[in-house]
Amino acid sequence: MTRAELLADDPLWLILVKAVALLLIGMLMTLFMIVMERKVVGRMQNRPGPNRVGPGGWLQSLADGLKLPFKEQVIPDSADRKVYFLAPILSTIPAFLALSVIPFGPEVSMFGERTVLQLVDLPVGVLVTLACSSVGVYGIVLAGWGSGSPYPLLGGLRSAAQVISYEIALGLSLVAVILYTGSMSTGDIVDAQADGWYFFLLIPSFVIFVISMVGETNRAPFDLPEAESELVGGFHTEYSSMKFALFFLAEYVNMVMVSAFCTTLFLGGYMAPWPLSAINDNMFNTGWWPMLWWLGKTLIFLFLFIWLRGTLPRLRYDQFMRLGWKVLVPANLVWIVLVVALRAFRNEADISAGTILTAGGIVLVVLIGLSFLLPERSVPDDEDRVPVTGGGYPIPPLDLVVPDKAELAKPARQRRKRQTASVGAAEKETDQ
Amino acid sequence: MSAALILAQDLAQQSATLSTGEAVAFWVLGPVALAGGLGMVFARNAVHSALFLVMTMLSLGCLYIVQQAPFLGLVQIVVYTGAIMMLFLFVLMLVGRDASDSVVEVLRGQRLWAGVLGVGLAVLIVAALARSLEGVSDQGLAEENAATGPGNVGNIGRLIFTDYLFPFELTSALLITAAVGAMILGYVDRHTRGRKTQKELVEARFRGEHDRPSPLPGPGVFATSHSVATPALLPDGSVAPESLSRLIDSTAADKLDAERKSVAGTGPQAESRALAPREEEAE
Repeated sequence: MTRAELLADDPLWLILVKAVALLLIGMLMTLFMIVMERKVVGRMQNRPGPNRVGPGGWLQSLADGLKLPFKEQVIPDSADRKVYFLAPILSTIPAFLALSVIPFGPEVSMFGERTVLQLVDLPVGVLVTLACSSVGVYGIVLAGWGSGSPYPLLGGLRSAAQVISYEIALGLSLVAVILYTGSMSTGDIVDAQADGWYFFLLIPSFVIFVISMVGETNRAPFDLPEAESELVGGFHTEYSSMKFALFFLAEYVNMVMVSAFCTTLFLGGYMAPWPLSAINDNMFNTGWWPMLWWLGKTLIFLFLFIWLRGTLPRLRYDQFMRLGWKVLVPANLVWIVLVVALRAFRNEADISAGTILTAGGIVLVVLIGLSFLLPERSVPDDEDRVPVTGGGYPIPPLDLVVPDKAELAKPARQRRKRQTASVGAAEKETDQ
Repeated sequence: MSAALILAQDLAQQSATLSTGEAVAFWVLGPVALAGGLGMVFARNAVHSALFLVMTMLSLGCLYIVQQAPFLGLVQIVVYTGAIMMLFLFVLMLVGRDASDSVVEVLRGQRLWAGVLGVGLAVLIVAALARSLEGVSDQGLAEENAATGPGNVGNIGRLIFTDYLFPFELTSALLITAAVGAMILGYVDRHTRGRKTQKELVEARFRGEHDRPSPLPGPGVFATSHSVATPALLPDGSVAPESLSRLIDSTAADKLDAERKSVAGTGPQAESRALAPREEEAE
């Protein structure tokens, strides 16, 4: 039986078991991720991280999670209450929903019933995750608007623009994978990677996907919607108690979801990595073993999220948008055209891979040769020019001296006097 | 209106094959879609209207999926709900929640033409509805979607790029024209606005076109605390006048006496047991 037939054959109780298991995976991974993130970031910053609650501090997020719902709930007066209540729900549900199309393993026997470790295998599985993430943005945008205060609104606006732009790059990087697989079903995509994982067959797609999935989940260095140094907490500034916990949950489940999705698309899903897959006639690719490989690969991406957060500073908003629209999207389009051309050549003319590689190499050499012919960028001969560093920014004047106090104080004093007067005037007005 | 269309179509199909699951899905999603449509028209707040419309679109998407068109359903959710309505919301939020439309007619004859076109659209929809109720026999997509064939996605792709290529290209040309037009209308060159880039600003500063090469020092940056009351100190230990807050400046000087003394190092110093409070504070 095929994967879809096996899944359609599931009795109702098995579907329920799988759904509950998905919820549990989301919750447990969140609890684990929060502690791991704090511990890893702590280690990167030479401090221990959480180490009090439970063995080695591993129960810290459980304690926090239990505490949050019991805290007082503060709702701002200016909030639009219906939208304010709706927002956290809207951001949490799609995150869990998207997990349903992720394949966790091949055919197994569950309580005596043959089935596949996946809730549903739609012919358009990859679109489900895209749809879920685009609905999830509503949670953030509505939280920003419904709170009725400026910082959340700015956070919500940023997030809307950010997620829409990066979803385009994300969606485009799926195209090459779908072209190679010939199917949009997540199960088929994993099966098609039996001969080679797509992360090295389709490197540009993989790189763009990884970058845009960080942008899509609003994580550092792309965490502009909740940039704490600019927007306090961004869209969830006005949220407290259980609703805040839901936003937190949604963020982490989203991270797990995109990591699992990336694993499915590019890292061969639940398949055992190479040396293991050669052992004992591919024994490690049967039964429940693949779940372990899935978990390992997903954890690699989750660690990447933490690593990025611990390493990179936050991007400025315009730089971030420029990266998305002017680098990732065009690069992706060019790459898709290349992939389509390659596939068309192979389908039509039956050209061998060796010929294509040789032709590609020749084209590359010619391009490199041509790039040497390009004239070097001429430095404008301007006596007014400020010397620049390697990064292109000017070097401060090196003859800086401690300013003469008497000279310095004069203009400053004048300015201060003027300001003093205005402050005094304001005070008088309020006095009256 | 499209919700009503679907509703009628579904009622017509009920006489044909209709599984229990489909019927349940329809009777749940149909009313929700209808309620969303009504809510959109009658909601007072523009954002609430948009949300009702989102609800309608989501239930329509689910209905498509139930009716064996999963690709159409998910594209409906991704494109309409995810992108287009999000842009609507974006604009609504930028405009502000209390903004209301002006009722002044900007284009001459706008209302007349809106009425004419509206009636035309209504006639079209009613005609399509009437035809679908009697003239069209329903045939499920199950056969077309069967695993032996190219499947749902493959079928749609083939039709779009063979039989319906021209309408498809025409639509995309229309969309691109609209996008490019909006960009041309909305684009303002940075140089005409007269704004400098960060790099140009830094260079100008270093060339001496501004007061000083660096930004003003923050309060207390070189001092012993982060308080606004603590001024920054110059390398020779004197107070940097630019770092003084004007609020502090307008405060009576004796209020800040203790801070000044502690910054200058002339006040009472911390003792060896510095964590314990000093005598005068302890009392």
